[in-house]
Order: sequence, then C-alpha cells, then structure tokens
Amino acid sequence: MTETLSISERRIGVVLSVLLALMGLVMAAAARHGVMSTHGFMALGLGIGLAFLLAGALYDPEPPTDRLRRYYDAPTRFGIVMTLIWAIIGMGIGVWVAALLYWPDATPPWPATSFGRLRPVHTTGIIFGFGGNALIATSFHVLQRTSRARLADSVSPWVVLIGYNLFCAWAVTGYLMGSTQSKEYAEAEWYADLWLVVIWVTYFALYIRTLARRNEPHIYVANWYYLAFILVVAMLHIVNNLALPVRWTAAESFPVWSGVQDAMVQWWYGHNAVAFFLTAGFLGMLYYFLPVRSGRPIWSYRLSIVSFWGITFFYIWVGSHHLHYTALPYWAQTLGMTFSVMLLVPSWASAGNAIATLNGAWHKVRDDATLRFMFVAAVFYGLSTFEGSFLAIRPVNSLSHYTDWTVGHVHSGTLGWVAMIVFGAIYTLVPQLNGKTEMASLRAVEWHFWLAVTGTLVYVVSMWNAGITQGLMWRAYDENGALSYSFVQSVEAMAPYYLLRTIGGGLFLTGAAVCAWNCRATMRGAAGHAADRPLVAQPAE
Amino acid sequence: MSNPTDPRQLLGADPHTGNRKIDPVTGYDTTGHDWGGITELNTAFPKVVIWALVLTFLYSVIAWILLPAWPTGRDYTRGLLGLNQGEEAVSDFRDLSEVRQDWLSRFEGENFVALQSDATLMATAMPAAARLFADNCAACHGTNGQGGPGFPVLSDETWLWGDDTEEIATTIRHGINTEDPDTRYAEMPAFDWMERSDRLALAEFVSEMPGGAVDFESSVGTVFAENCSSCHGSTGAGGLEIGAPSLTDEAVIYGQNPGTVMQTLRRGRHGVMPAWNGRLSEAEINLLALYVARLGQPAGGGQ
Repeated sequence: MTETLSISERRIGVVLSVLLALMGLVMAAAARHGVMSTHGFMALGLGIGLAFLLAGALYDPEPPTDRLRRYYDAPTRFGIVMTLIWAIIGMGIGVWVAALLYWPDATPPWPATSFGRLRPVHTTGIIFGFGGNALIATSFHVLQRTSRARLADSVSPWVVLIGYNLFCAWAVTGYLMGSTQSKEYAEAEWYADLWLVVIWVTYFALYIRTLARRNEPHIYVANWYYLAFILVVAMLHIVNNLALPVRWTAAESFPVWSGVQDAMVQWWYGHNAVAFFLTAGFLGMLYYFLPVRSGRPIWSYRLSIVSFWGITFFYIWVGSHHLHYTALPYWAQTLGMTFSVMLLVPSWASAGNAIATLNGAWHKVRDDATLRFMFVAAVFYGLSTFEGSFLAIRPVNSLSHYTDWTVGHVHSGTLGWVAMIVFGAIYTLVPQLNGKTEMASLRAVEWHFWLAVTGTLVYVVSMWNAGITQGLMWRAYDENGALSYSFVQSVEAMAPYYLLRTIGGGLFLTGAAVCAWNCRATMRGAAGHAADRPLVAQPAE
Repeated sequence: MSNPTDPRQLLGADPHTGNRKIDPVTGYDTTGHDWGGITELNTAFPKVVIWALVLTFLYSVIAWILLPAWPTGRDYTRGLLGLNQGEEAVSDFRDLSEVRQDWLSRFEGENFVALQSDATLMATAMPAAARLFADNCAACHGTNGQGGPGFPVLSDETWLWGDDTEEIATTIRHGINTEDPDTRYAEMPAFDWMERSDRLALAEFVSEMPGGAVDFESSVGTVFAENCSSCHGSTGAGGLEIGAPSLTDEAVIYGQNPGTVMQTLRRGRHGVMPAWNGRLSEAEINLLALYVARLGQPAGGGQ
C-alpha cells in the first residue's frame, strides 16, 4: 500500500489515521463501557496501526512517476484479499449455524455463540463482507478499464476499503456482543450506520470523479450498474436506518419508523438490498468480466440498456411482497406482487443477454472453469429471478412464506449467482493484477467449480424440499377439521434436509477455501503489474 | 446537424473513424463502442422481450382492476372483486372452525365420564388433542408428557391436585402461580433462615424418604415434623392436594437427591404453569384435560 502512495499522499494518510484514532478514543472514552466503547477501541487500534504504517514509510522514496500512466490496482488487490477473508468467515459461520439447526444441542453455553447472534454474523459477513468487498474491488478495476483512466486519486480508494471493512467488523462484533437494531440486513447500530454513510459518499465521489476523467465517449453499461448500486444503496441505507440514539454515548437506538410503516420501510430496504447490492452491482461485474473472459461482444447493446432501466424501475416497487397477508394494506401487497411479475422480463433479458453473449465461445465454457463460473452465475440468476417473481405472487407466497423455501431461494441467488460471478471475476483478476497469465493451479479452479456447483445444488434442492414440506404440513387439516400435524412434527421432518443443507454448505465452503489458497499461491509469486494501461490523452487533430 | 453522407454519423459507426465491425459468429455489426476491448453487437431488440413486457403488464392491469391496488390519497382503488384480506381471513377461519364444531362443541360441557365412554367421539377427538398437546404443552412437559428438568411428568400416576379430569381442566384453565384470579397457588418457601447443618441433615433425610428407611423419632425427624409436615404430611406422603408433593414416591419435580433438596430448601420453589384460559377455548381446554388424564392412565391414553 505505502509504496504506491506519494510522500504527500502518505502525509494525508497519516493525518486521516490520526483522526480515525482520535474518533475511536472519543467513542471509547465517552461510552466508557459496552459495545460502543469496544468499537471505539477497535477504531483507535486501527488508526494507530495505520498511522505507524504510513509514518514509518514517510521518508521512503517516491514511487516511480510512470505509475500515473498505469491503472491503480493496489486497492483492488487488497479488496480481493478482504473478499476472500470474509468469504471464509461468513461461509464458515453459515455452515456452523446450519449444523446447529441439525445438532441444536451442540450450541456452546456462551451468549456470544448462540444461534441468534451468529446468524446475522453470517448474513452480514457474506453480504457486506464478502459481497461488498468484491463489489468495491471489482468496481475500481472495471471503472478504470472501461473509462481508460486511472482512479481520480490514490487516498480515497483506501479510505473506502479500510473504512468499509471497519464498518463490517463493527457490525459483526456488535452482534456477538448482543448489539443489534433488529432490522434484517441492517442490524448495525446508529454510529456504524453514520460511519458507513461517510464511507459511501467518499466512494460515490471517487466513482464520479474518475468517470468524469474517462477517455471514452460513452459510459459502459457495467458502470451504470455499479453507479446504481452505489447511489440506491446510499438512499436505502439512510432511510431505513433513521434512528434516534438513546444516548449519544451508547449503542442503543430507536428507529424513527414504527408499526407497519417500519415493516414497509424495512422491506423496501431489504428487497432493494437484494436488488441493488446483490443484483445491480453483480450485473455490473457480469457485464464486464463475461465479455472479457469469453472474448465475445455483448450480444445486444439495446437489451442491456432496456434491462438496466427495467431493473432499476421495477425493483424499487417490489419490497411489499415480503409482507403478504400481514397488517400491510392489501393494495400495497398487490402493487408489490404485480411489479414483481413485470420485473421478471428485464431480469431474464439480462440473463439471456449474458448467455447469448457466449454464442461463439461455448468451447471456452467447456474448457475454462473460470468462464464456466460466469455461465453458471447467469443461469442461476435467471433461475432465482424466476423463482423470486413466482414466490411474490400472493397465493404462492401463502405456501412459501416463513418456510425454508425462502432460505433456499436466497441461497440459489447468493451461492448460485452472486458467489459464482465473484469467483469468476476473482479468477480473471488475480492473475492479471499480478502479472501472470493464469492462476497458480488450474486444477484447483476446476475442483472449486465442481465443489461450488454441487454444494449449491445440494443446498438449494434440500431447501426447496424442506420449505414445500413445511408449507404443506402447516396448512394440512384432517377430515375432522383439526390440524394434521403439530408444529414440532414439521420441525422433526426437517432433519434430513438440514443435514443435507449442512453438507451442501460445507462443500461450497471447501471450494471457497481452495479458492483462497489458490489466490494466495498466485499472489505470492507476483511478477508485477497488470499489462494494460489507460489511454493517455491524445493531442487534438 | 445530421449529415447522412458522413459515415461517422451512421448508426453503429465509430464516431471517430466511421468503421463498423462485423462479428463473424453472429453476422451482426457492432455499435462501434470499444471499452478496452469490450464491444457490443448492434442486435435488433428481441421481439419476445416486448411481448413478455406486454403480457406481464396485461397481467398487472387485470390484477389492478380486480384487486385493491392503487392509493388515491386517503383511499385506494378497491378492485372489482371487492376483496378485503381481514374479512377473508375471518371467514376462512370460520369455515374451518365449523368443520370441527360438530364434535368439538360436545367438549364445552364438563361431563367427562359421558365424553370418555363415547368411543367414536374419542377416536375423532384424541388425534386432534395430541396435536393440541404437542403445539401447546409439549415444549415444557415433553412430547409424550414425560416431563423435563423442572417440569412435571404427566405420564405417571402422580398428581399434585389429584387425577380427576375436572382438576386437570382447572389447572390448565387457570394455571399455577399466575395472574389469573382463580389461579392455583403452590409455593415451597425458602428455608434459608435455617441453620445450614440442619438443612444438610434435612436434605439427607428427605432424599432417603422414598426408600422408607427414615426415623421420624430422630432429631432431624423432629425438624421435619416442625417445618415440613404441615404441607407434606406427617409421613411425607403428601396427598393433601394443596400442591405439596409426596416425598415418598420419587416423583418430585425438581429431583430428590441431597444436592437438589438443598437448593430447594435454600431458595424455595415457585414454579409456574400458565393459564390457558383465553388462549384456548373452553372445549379445547376440556379436550386437553381428558387427553392429559389419559396420559397418566396405565393403559395409555391419546397417543
């Protein structure tokens, strides 16, 4: 990191690190005890560590001036490392909590390791830790390549990545200590939320500033998706997390929303977290890495533009389908349902555009596991969006809601679509950024692919069975008008599926571990920079 | 502005050079854009997507016409079907209840002897009671009424208030140590004021009572007589039906080894059985009482 920064940038870095340490000190001192104080100490430690790192390198030589004629890839490399670390943490916890559902007696006797505290560590670790780092890291890469311009400055990418990971660390350690605002995918407390706003605004500014320097007349569609991701997530995050702290010196807060309005705001956020975090950003990834890896042009320019606007327009309406048959007014449920059905069209148009792009490159799909990851991602994207629209239809939802079908649906999206496209992107990026042509072990990539596909299928199919079984058992009445099954019978019926789910998740985790090892081996023998360069401004004709 | 003879302004032409690349695989030309090697085909917009959009939009319009859909200020469009999810839920629930009402309503009275002798009725009711038990009672009392740590066994023949079905129904209805005005009370007071040596001796004494080898004439026997016999009976056999268990039958809820008895003596016991009045209907409570009474019968009841 330090060797890529100029001396003046290192100075700015030292100042920012000291400010971070001071902020941590103030938090720790003001809160005195509890979660916020621990988080203050974490920020203090990080700030001091960074200050020493940068100050220690303050008088090292300036980096070569030709760096400005290259893309700035050091943040992307760091982001990929964080992606892999979070993958192991998040998937590891996921497999552990899956196992707890099968062996509940194995729950250790400490509050911090109870199921309720570990589950959000899994969701946050995966969505924000693994997914978020992957999105930020690849967005820096894609933004520079498709704009043919270097990142607008060298300090803010680090602010974004380090600050973002501090947010993730605050969030998951907070849950372990019992701190949560009890909103799905938005459990982190108010000060962590405010911190994320600062980081996110920096990210948006960096993106726009770099885009403004582009040497291409048009903005590539991947950047549209990444921008939608950044902009809409900021909007969702701010509105859903509006809360009044109990005190300025403690972690607890009350949301400003209450009752069914709170539920509606939460699921407007929750579903658009799926839409703009787990879909739009990753579509940006797909639209860049798929044509690059397959060497094929995007099949239809028009389709990619119409799909983009279709997805952004329809998605924002559909959150109410999470609240079918609740206190939410019927009319809001109908709107959520109908827009979910219309949403299928641009979703499938995107998936179809991706798969049609592979026409002329199917031999590569056969031979290259990296491209196969992307192909499978597009297929699962199509499958899960179809399933999503289907489950949003009210009568279907009456069977599926509150069952493990929902869990299966989410994992068909996250394992099959999101994680697969991330791995495809990582296997494309890691060799390139380290001056190599291929990963250290191609056999390991192949193993990872089959572990991931098998794990996903075992997981998703077992959860489909589990969910439909639950839904049918809960609604079954005998001829005397009494319930056919007690609830606990439906729990007992889950045992084989929960075991299979644990095995599927375990296979997927093993694949991710293989990936981390392979990336480490590839990065270790780094031979230099990426070979491609930005367009240097041409003199006028 | 537009100059049709300028190749750079033609659709799909590179704005700088005017070149159009033809993709050899598909035969389409590209749009002319090039982002570090990524190009896009100038494929015509697929008709099927337009049809799909039209179709899903038609579905939506029909749904909007039939169902409550669009907000209009303080009101919303009600939809031609005039559906109301609250009313639907209530009427669905009523329909379901009616199916079971013809046999369930017979449990509204408390003539348990008559109910129990009707074999057809029991065959209909007991499976339903088993589910009711599993959903409401099993969490504490165990799937088959085998009890759990701190929770009484229902499948033996030992009862604190007797094995009459009426008594069991009263316990279910009003609970034990609850806020229900007619709740049962059962409190084992704490004997923390007692000398520890006396408590130790008493604990030892009580733990040996099921074996019968205790001497009520001994000094600790006197301690028992002075402090315990008023509730547990002079021989510790209970049976006063005031919630104090027999100490002679090894059926004490919290266990009867010296350690747990010491704990009981030091802190007392104040277990709670919730009142199901209001949560379950009168008929359901009576149904459960019959089911629970049969659990305790040697022949085995419901399941």
